Order: sequence, then C-alpha cells, then structure tokens
Amino acid sequence: MNISAQRQPDLAVIDYGMGNLRSVLRAWEKAGASARLVDHPDVIGPADALVFPGQGAIVDTMRRLQQTGFDRVIRDWTEADKPFFGICLGQQALFTHSEEGDTACLGILPGEVKRFRFPQDPALKVPHMGWNSVDWRQRLPVDTEIAATGDQFYFVHSYYTAPVHREVVWGETEYGGLHFCSAVNRGRLYATQFHPEKSQAKGLALYQGFVQSL
Amino acid sequence: MLSVRIIPCLDVNAGRVVKGVRFQELRDAGDPVETAKAYEAQGADELVFLDITASSDERNIMHDVVEATASQCFMPLTVGGGLRTVDDIRAMLNSGADKVSLNTSAVKTPDLVDKAASFFGNQCIVVAIDAKRVAGEDRWEVYTHGGRNPTGLDAIAWAQEVTRRGAGEILLTSMDADGTKAGYDVELTRRLSEAVEVPVIASGGAGTLDHFVDVLRDGKASAVLAASIFHFGTFTIAQAKEHLHQAGLPVRLT
Repeated sequence: MNISAQRQPDLAVIDYGMGNLRSVLRAWEKAGASARLVDHPDVIGPADALVFPGQGAIVDTMRRLQQTGFDRVIRDWTEADKPFFGICLGQQALFTHSEEGDTACLGILPGEVKRFRFPQDPALKVPHMGWNSVDWRQRLPVDTEIAATGDQFYFVHSYYTAPVHREVVWGETEYGGLHFCSAVNRGRLYATQFHPEKSQAKGLALYQGFVQSL
Repeated sequence: MLSVRIIPCLDVNAGRVVKGVRFQELRDAGDPVETAKAYEAQGADELVFLDITASSDERNIMHDVVEATASQCFMPLTVGGGLRTVDDIRAMLNSGADKVSLNTSAVKTPDLVDKAASFFGNQCIVVAIDAKRVAGEDRWEVYTHGGRNPTGLDAIAWAQEVTRRGAGEILLTSMDADGTKAGYDVELTRRLSEAVEVPVIASGGAGTLDHFVDVLRDGKASAVLAASIFHFGTFTIAQAKEHLHQAGLPVRLT
C-alpha cells in the first residue's frame, strides 16, 4: 500500500467551550490525522472518529454536553461502535456517576468516578499530578512504540474511574497503593485518564496508534 | 509509581528569556520557544514561563510566546506573572497555557483563586509563594512583587488558605535560598508540604544535583523548579534524572 497516497483520517474534536484545545489538535495532527474542532453536533459530518477532550469540572461538562446535544451524540456514536477517543474528563464522563458534585454522567460504561482519598498518608498528594506509568491490560489498536508496562504519561486529576466490568480496563496505574483504571477500551471506544497530548513522544505514539487503526 | 518532576523555569521579558539572579540582575539567554523545545528534548517533565515584563504594552508578546510553545511542545506549560483578573487567566489559558501561576494577585485579591479555580478547575491554578524566614523566629513570611514587599502573612497558613480556596498546586520559593546555589530550604518545604494536600514545587537555591534529592526526599516536594543550574548548562535534565534515579527516587527516564 502506498502510504503517502492515503487520505488523512478526519477527526472531529468536540469543543464544548470549556477551554483551549490547541495542543490536542496539534498532537492529533502530529500523529497523522486531520483534526478539526466541532462546537455543534450538526458540524460533525462524516468524521472518521470523534474525539472528546474533557476539561474543568464534571458538573459543568455534563451541563454543557446536555445543552449542546453532544451527550446524545456521544451515546449514539459509541453505541454504534464508531471510533471514539476520550481524554481525561472525557474518560470519566463515560461512566454512570461521579462523586464530584454527585453528578450523573453519560452511562455508557457502568461504573463510578471516585475521589482519591489518602487520609493515612499526607505525602500522597491530591490531585494526582505528574508522570506515572501505565500497565496495558489489552493490546493497543496497532503496534506502537509503547511498552506493555513502564512507559509514563502525564496525569492531572483528583477523581478516578472504577468500572464495574474488568474487561473495559485498557490500562492501569498505581497511585498510593491503589491500582486504578487509567485507560478504557470497549470495541472501538478508547479513552485515557492521562493526557497523551501532554505526554511528549509516548503520548503522540498512542495517538498515532489510534489514527493508524482508523 | 508517580515520578518526581523536574521543571525548568524560564524568566521571560518582552518575549526574550532572561535569568534573574537574586531577583534583580538580569541576563539575556535566548528565545523562549527554542529553549522550551530544547528542554522537551532533554526530558523536562514540565515547563514554567515567568513573565517579568514590566510594561503592559509588551504584555501581549507573552501570548504569542505561549501560543508558539503550545503548538510545538507536547508537555505541560505553566505561565505566571502579571495575571490579575479572571479574564487575564482565561486569555492565557486560551493562548495554550495548561496552568497559570498566581502570586501577588492572589495576595491582593484572594477571591481570584476561588473564582479561577471554579471557572477553570483546581488543576490549572498554581499559587506561587515567595517566602522568607522571619529573623530569629520559627516561621516564614510571604513577600509579593518579586520579593520586594512583605505582607505579614505566614507562609504555611497562606498555603493552607489558598488550597482551601481551590489552588491545585503550590510553587514555593525560598527567598533566603534563591540565587545562593547552596540548596533548597528543605525545612520550609517539608513543613509547608506536610500542611497541605496539594503537590508542592520547591524553588530557589539549586546548585548541585544532591540539592534536588534533599528537597524531594527530605523536603517532601513533588517537584523541583530550577533555572540557572540548567540554563547555563551546568547539568542537563537527563543528568539530574539519572542522579535522582541512583538516589532511589522515582523519575521518568526518557
């Protein structure tokens, strides 16, 4: 196959008005995709994949998703098993419910979003902020230069996802003795709690793997 | 396991990198975007830009610098200096900063921390504290305006207050240690870190690689900020990481 002749996959990146998505767009472009912001469901068009970068507080995120109609779009899109990539809050929002503000989430994956609590050890800081390793429980969509265990990615979050079903756990990360679900996968739905677009070469490699799987 | 972080800090004046020695004297050391890319290549875990531009006319240059950096570097970027309002913060985040650092403005209007944290999330609000030991006493006082003005605030109590207000991280600079190259203020860092739930970045005083070990291990810091030790090539980030790794601290080796 002549790779240079291939069309770049078209990624629709959900912009629900919560912040800057420049680095998300640049990272996907660097990974070989053509990425564009969509601020309304009507402009998604025939995208090859839907990207959901979550930012800010989950309460505001859910409210804005409902106001814009993106909540239904994400449910329908993932129900149809079309390629999807969620980032940070974009992983948390997929679950049933979050402790943060006692918020009902999208309910696509059964499970709870819980706060890190380490009352016994003040050395364990919240937010969980910085570089931590991911142990991949399932294969990446295509071969990448990411090791099955040990490669580090950039995290910043105070809440973590606890899926009901083990089989959606794509990657796991240890913090304070807790092994939490740091990435999820079901069919062609992928999401990461960490920020690949802030994770230098390894993050770009992960995006590249997803793009090449399209 | 979560790695400790090494964060180079670039002082930026009107779009150019400078390094303040003891806050006052400045030396020009290059283009911020190129410097940021060089640090990314060295394996820096994050980057801080401190805008020390005095003239408000030249403030907008920083937005161009941040935009260019965020487009070319895939690592977390914190920007501090001269951010006084929620609109200033929004504009800087929109230019591509991942976090903003508030110092004087947080002391002047503590509500700014609450508002900014609720609008943009705790994770992107860093409060920078410049602290100096009160002579002959077992406490540290907060200074503002680049270390010129004493505030009467106790550094540890202030750290607790801004954390309650929503700061997601504290950037702690010891004014006693800053510029000395004699090591971080380990005691101040440990006492403050033990008093708050959020991560503490230690700053001021790095001269040797052992100084990093001291403040990360004994000072309970989550990260170290340094400028001149890296800026003038004394050590590379990679050398610093290797040293921390040998000392048994968790680091991200690239």
